[in-house]
This record gives sequence, structure tokens and C-alpha cells, in this order.
Amino acid sequence: MNLLGLLVAVPLGFMVAALLLRGSGRWLILAAAPVMAGLALWLALLPPGTTLLVGNWDLPLGILLRADGVARLMVLAGALVIGAIGLHALVDPPGGNDGGAATAETFWPLLYLMWAGANAGFLTTDLFNLYVTLEMVSLAAVALAAMGSLAAALRYFMIAMLGSLAYLLGVALLVANYNTVDVTLLAQVARLDLATVMALGLMTAGLLIKAALFPMHGWLPPAHAAAPAPASALLSAIAVKLGFVILLRLWFEAFPAITGSAALHVLGGLGAAAVIYGSIQAMRQDRLKPLVAYSTVAQVGYLFLAFPLVAGAVEPSSAWAGMTLHGVAHMLAKAAMFLAAGLMLKAAAGDRIADLGGLAQAMPLTVTAFGLAAVSLMGLPPSGGFTAKFLLLSAAIEQGAFLYAGVLVVGGLLAAVYLFRALSACFAPLAGAGPDTASRGPVTGGVKAVAPLTLAGLAIVMGFAGTALVDVSAIEVPWATPTVIQPEVAP
Amino acid sequence: MMTFAPLLLVFLPLVAAAVSFALPERLSSWRNAANLGVAFTKLLVVAYLLNATEAGLVFEWRYEFLPDNDLVLRLDKLALLFVTLSVFLWLMTTIYAIAYFDRGPNLSRFFGFFNLCVLAATGVAMSGTAITFFLFYELLTLATWPLVAHKGDDKSLRAGRIYLSYTLAGSVAFLAGILWLQSLVGAIEFAAPPDLTGIPALTLTLIFILCIGGLGVKAAIFPLHGWLPEAMAAPAPVSALLHAVAVVKAGAFGIVRMIYDVYGIGTVADLGLGLPLAALASVTILYGSVRALMQTDLKKRLAYSTVSQVSYIILGASLIGPYAVIGGLVHLVHQGIMKITLFMCAGALANRMGIKAIADLDGAGRLMPVTMAAFSVGALGMIGLPPVAGFISKWYLGIGALQSDAAWVVAVLAGSSLLNAAYFLPLLYRAWLLPPPADRPAIRELATTRDRMLILPAAVTALVSLGAGIFASLPFSPLAWVTLIAEGGYLR
Repeated sequence: MNLLGLLVAVPLGFMVAALLLRGSGRWLILAAAPVMAGLALWLALLPPGTTLLVGNWDLPLGILLRADGVARLMVLAGALVIGAIGLHALVDPPGGNDGGAATAETFWPLLYLMWAGANAGFLTTDLFNLYVTLEMVSLAAVALAAMGSLAAALRYFMIAMLGSLAYLLGVALLVANYNTVDVTLLAQVARLDLATVMALGLMTAGLLIKAALFPMHGWLPPAHAAAPAPASALLSAIAVKLGFVILLRLWFEAFPAITGSAALHVLGGLGAAAVIYGSIQAMRQDRLKPLVAYSTVAQVGYLFLAFPLVAGAVEPSSAWAGMTLHGVAHMLAKAAMFLAAGLMLKAAAGDRIADLGGLAQAMPLTVTAFGLAAVSLMGLPPSGGFTAKFLLLSAAIEQGAFLYAGVLVVGGLLAAVYLFRALSACFAPLAGAGPDTASRGPVTGGVKAVAPLTLAGLAIVMGFAGTALVDVSAIEVPWATPTVIQPEVAP
Repeated sequence: MMTFAPLLLVFLPLVAAAVSFALPERLSSWRNAANLGVAFTKLLVVAYLLNATEAGLVFEWRYEFLPDNDLVLRLDKLALLFVTLSVFLWLMTTIYAIAYFDRGPNLSRFFGFFNLCVLAATGVAMSGTAITFFLFYELLTLATWPLVAHKGDDKSLRAGRIYLSYTLAGSVAFLAGILWLQSLVGAIEFAAPPDLTGIPALTLTLIFILCIGGLGVKAAIFPLHGWLPEAMAAPAPVSALLHAVAVVKAGAFGIVRMIYDVYGIGTVADLGLGLPLAALASVTILYGSVRALMQTDLKKRLAYSTVSQVSYIILGASLIGPYAVIGGLVHLVHQGIMKITLFMCAGALANRMGIKAIADLDGAGRLMPVTMAAFSVGALGMIGLPPVAGFISKWYLGIGALQSDAAWVVAVLAGSSLLNAAYFLPLLYRAWLLPPPADRPAIRELATTRDRMLILPAAVTALVSLGAGIFASLPFSPLAWVTLIAEGGYLR
């Protein structure tokens, strides 16, 4: 088994171990986080063209794992984010509604399940295999959401099922039509016929539900807002990204020839609408976690707004990089923000934004983490969010796509409105006290702030590593000359 | 040293910021020592750089932070003008802020962000590409917000909100302008202005409006000035800093860069953009002065005076004549030194005697003679009386206007000077010639609690603004340096 296989197998192993060890399984993260980070870093530095045929069969029988630029960046960011969330959950255990040990115990296997599913999903090119990973991640996500609100989780479950079914139906149509479901093979034989269009439509609709693109986002805010902070972080950072990555595989790799510009603009338009709608909803929230959750609805919009920009570019690699880096920056920043928000809400008088007064004094490190994450989400420099927005905005202006450019610009401003509202509330004096009595002793030790601060710091540092990240994102891009797939012999 | 000098200037305040954030309030003396130490070290570095740059060296540091987009820190003469101003005034403001706050709450945070502001302002000055400029320009916005909202009361938070809504809206316009231009000509380096031939005049004009509009928010050009008087809710050292060096100057400096190092005076003249900008600057000058006259609060009056005075820089830059450029650029320095004096004095008056309204100034000169003397120097300089530095600015601007066949500007300058006199002289009259009200503390009483460090910085900057006027013809005076800049390329 080579590195690509390990990235899937190791978290599965940890999942089994966590199930067996029950209560003390939480300590496994101390081993899992560094191991996975190491593997993911190794993956990012591999020479281009690294692939693995699971089961040692040739395509279309075998399953291909492949480390292209998107997979490398997503797996690496995922390892950092999930690892940090896991370590954070050690010091800030996710207690659900019953607050008992049972919820804390279930958290760990779910975390590893999502980790394995996400990694497999980022790496594989087989559409049926992708269905399996989608189910792994959805299953973990629904269960994590149930830790907060059963009602929200049920709703999520129903909608996720619908999405899965639509996707599966599409896969079935493709199998019937082409006898293969491997993305790289489909790209060579794809033809424009009714079955293909229907398949693509069904799969896209199913995946848009999973990615929570407006107007299929309805399940996200209640589920993400109600879950305990580490679970919310996993849901917002990881779960929605998988649907997006599979859509990339479909639209740009398997069927670039049949996705017309009108269809791309529908996706782009929905993305633009999501940015505006999500931001306005976030502005209207009174409570902190729904605000952060609606910000995810808006941020997902940028990912799809980028679709027509990538397709319309003469030299697509910069828009492609912008899109990918936006996904990565959002992973880091949103995870940081949910973890910070969780700590802030525990220290605050209530869960409303107005209750956050005095926190800037009481927990400066946590508020700093929230602030740094906000900088990246707003797309202000220096941050990964800015780098992504810079690339996308440049592409939009170059193509004369002023509508998208306008949404990119306005979306950042709207994000500033709702995020600074929350930050500003932290600077206000403690509710019911005068400004002189605003200071109260630190309510949390510095340890709890480490994970959110690290993730937010990474989102900022990303802003200085733009060139390297753009280079990685360009590895084996769909429009480059396809590399000859040489199966590695498994030992 | 050649490459890393600019980096050092950015790195030093970062150290001070990190130390400030990390040290708890009870170690405030260590924090103060670190802040002063770094500010002083920076001044020494700048002194060395001034010498080296005058000898013709150009320091540059470059890093590819995105494909085809370099982060460039470049110390040319114009950059060093702004760097020197900010480093000197920062040392003064740091001394002042330590005395002003003494042991108030949340000072670790304050000094942390304060240093990040220095970092951003130095970065703005040294930026060698448009995108680098934008980066530091935004950092400045972000680092100033916690300072404006520092007190945490409703008024400060409201001021912070207004400040952000203006500046963030401005910066997206600026970013859109930069990216639009970049999509046409590639990355924009100030040292090698882009070739704009072949681009339609309308496109160039729109980009110019976007960029100047975006920069004009921070430079507080009418009607984008609304945030500035509101930001007076901030503590006095912040007001001093915002008005004299950091925020408004970053905007004005950016406009100078746009006109001279991106578009070039030839293109600006061909497009006919200089005159409308000069007209807008003139409107701002007069409008700011009239509004200043209407204020009853001392800090508000000074704020509107800033709105008016910063536009002198823009007026000078947009007139596109050698003397006008010199007048505008030298005012960048002169206004900084004089305005910081005024604000530090206003803060000292409020801190020591609770004077906030202009009506409370009666007899202040007798109770706090050094402070009021410094204030008077600053005020007279703002009016433009010789030998204070402000006179030099106005003199060059006036000659420049005549050179550029814009005699109407002389009328604007004269009108503005009259208005300046009308809103500053009554203050001096009240302070020096009217008796103090009976409930003021006696001189003797004040003397027992006197903190020299609260008054010393203003006294120093007042002396410097006198010196900059009297010794304007000596080498290394602001005027001499600006003339060097003008000769070195701005008069092509």
C-alpha cells in the first residue's frame, strides 16, 4: 500500500481503535494528528503524476487514487484542520444536549470516519467510489449534527439522502451509457447525449445539496449552528468541501466538452446569489453561531462563482488556483472561527452577539483568533482569503465579467459588516456594567485558544505563500496534457 | 544591509508589537522600555538610511508572493520622506502615549496595535508595487480600528464602525482600480511606471477615479471625509497619530504615487484629470475650514482643520508644476509635525484640566504655558505665518499655482489662510489674554502633578516645526529633501 492508500487506511484504523477503546479513545488524536499531518505533507511534496490502482487491476476495473493539485491541497488542509479540531476537542470536549460522556465518545469515531471519507473523496477519480466517500462523510456529518440538535440532524439526513440518491442515479446512468465511471476515462469518451446530460444534471443537483449551495442550503445553518463547536467546525470546514471537489471532477475533468457556458453561468449565478443571500442572512442574525453558519453559505458561493471564471479564462490556471485556494482558506478560517466562537459562547453571558461584551479583555487570544479568521473570510490582506480573492477578481476583470467582479467586491464588504459586528461586540463593555468595570479576569487558560489561533494564523500565513500554493494547485490540472497512468505495484 | 534595510524597518515594529501583546499589564514598564527602545533604534536606522540614500543608494527587497506579483519594499527618496516623518513622530507619540495613559486598562493591546500601525505606515511608504501598497494600506485600516474603538464605549464603537465602513468601501474601490489596470498592463511597479499608450481615455479615467476615490477616503477628501471627525472619539494619542501621520497621510501619499509613479504627469495632463482633482482639493480646503469654524469642541475643530490641510498635499500634487509639487510634498511633512503638536497639546489640556470645549480654553496659557506655547506655534504654522514651516508650504504652493497658470488657487490659499486665522486666533486669544475661570486648579497645584513627558513631545515637535521653517534652506530640511525628490524625477 502506498502513501495514497495510507491516507485513507490510517484514519479508518484510528476509527476502529477509537471504537474499541471507547472512553480513552480520545487520546488517539495525539498520535493521529501528527501522523496524518506528516502523511499529508509528504503527499503535497510528491513528484507530479503519483497514482495508485487499488486492487492492482487496470482501469476500468480498478479504482484509481491520484494526487493532483486539488487533492494535495485539500488533503493537507484537511489534515491540519481535522488534527487541530481533534486536539482542540481534547481540551474543550464536545458535550451534546445530554452533556454526557456518551456524546463525547461518539465524537471520535465520527471524526476519523469523516477524515477517511474526505481523504478518499479528494484522491479518487472513480465516480462510484466517490459515492461511497460521499456517504461516509454524510453519515459522519449527520451524526455530528445530531450531537447538537436531533431535529436539525434529521432534516439534514433527509436532504442528504435525497442528494445521495440523485447522485447515485446519475452514476447508474453513466455506467449504463459508458461502461465506466472513472473520471479520466469518461473524459476520453464523453459525448453529448440525453443520458449524459441527465446524469450530469442529477449528479450536480445531488452534489449541490451536499455542498449547500443556495438555494439548496436550507439544512446547513440549523445543523451547523446547533452542533457543538468542534463538530460545527468539521461540518463547515470539511463536509461541504467534498461535494464541491466532486463537482470539479465532473465539470472540468469528465465533461468539460458538454458543460456549456450557459450551464456554467447558472452555477456561477447561484454562487453569486449565495454570496449575497448568505451575507445578508448573516447580517440579520442575533446569535453568534448562526451568523458563522450563514457565513459558510456565503463562502460556498465563491467556490461556484469561480466555475464560469475558470471555464472562461484564456489561461485558466490562475482562476483555478483562486478557486482551490479559496476552498483551503475557508477550511482553515472557518474551522478556526467555529472553535473560537465555541469558546467565546462558553465564556459569554448568553448566545447572542450582544452578550459578547467584555470578551476582548477576558479572552484576548480567542478573540484574536476570531479576528484573524475574520480577516481571511473578508478577503483582506494578508491572508489566504485575500490571495484567493485577488486571483478570482483578476480573472473576472480580465474576462470583463463585471457582475462576478462586483459580487466578489461587495461580498467582501458584506462579510466585513457582519464579522466586525461580532468583533465590535467583543470590545463593548460587559453587559450591564460601565466601561470602567469592563475588565474581568481571564476566563480561559491560553491552552484552549491554541487550536483556533493556530488555524487562523495558518489562514493568514497562506497569504505569504501564494506562489508556492498556486504551483501546487496547478499539478495535473484537467486541461494539461494527461499523464500516462502507470499502476504502482503494491508490495 | 542593501536588501534587508527595508525589511528591518518593517520587522522592528513587529517585534515591539509582539512584545506589547505578550507582556501582561503589570509589566508595563518593560513594555514601555521595549516600545521606546524599538522606536529609538528605528530612528537610528533611518538616520543611516537618509545619509545612504542621499548618496544615491536605493534599497530594495523583493519577494514573489503571487505569480507575477512581487511584494516589493523599496526605499527611494520619496519613500524615505514618509518613513522619516512617521518614525520621528512615532517616537514622539510613543513617549506621549506612555505619559498620557499612565496605567489605564488594555494598554498591552493598545501598544500592540499601535506598533502594527507603524509597521503598516512604514510599509505604505516603502511599497514598490501597487499590490504591496494595497497590502499595507489594508493592514493600516485593520490595525487602526482597535485603536479607534479602544475605549469600548458606545461612541468609540460607533466611530469604529463608521471608520470601517468608509475605509473598507474605499479600499475595495482602490483594489478594483488596481486590478483593472493590472489586467491591462500587468503588475504595476512604481519604479517603472506602466506604459499606458493604447488604452482608451475613458478606461484610464474610470480607473483613475476608482483609485483616487479609494485613496481619497483615507485622505479625507470632500465628500469622503465623514469618518474623520467621528474618529475623534479615540484617545488623544490615536487622534494625533491618525491625523498627522498614519491614515490621512497614507491616502495622500497614495494619491501622489498614483499621479506621479503610475499614471505619470504627462498622462494625467493629457486626460485632463489634474484640474478636476485640484478643484476638488480646493473645495475640500475651503469646506474643511468653514466646518472647523463652526465647531465648539476643540478636537472636532482640529479634525476639520485636518480635512482642510491634507488637501493642500493633493492640491500640490494635482497642479503638476515643479513648485506646486514641492509645496504639496513638503506639506506632507510640515502638516504632520504641526498637527501632531496641536493634538498632543489638546490631549494634554483635556488630560490635565479637563478642557474639551473651546470655551474652556480661557486662561489656559497662564496655567500651562509650555503646552499653550507649543499649541500657538502649531496654530500659527497652520495659518501659514512665517517663520513656522506652514508658511513654506503655502509659499511654494502659491508660486506653483502661478507657474501652472492656475491663479485661482492663490485665491483659495488666501481664503483658506483667512479662515485658518479665523478659527485659530480666537483660541490663542482665549488662552493667553482672558483670565482663567475661578474653578481651575492653581498653577502651584498643577505643578505638583506635572508629568513632563506629556508636554515634552509637543514642545519638541513645535520646535521642529519652527526649525523646518527657519532652516528650510539647509540640507536634510524637509524642503531640501523634497527639492531633491522633485529634481530626481518628478520634474521630467
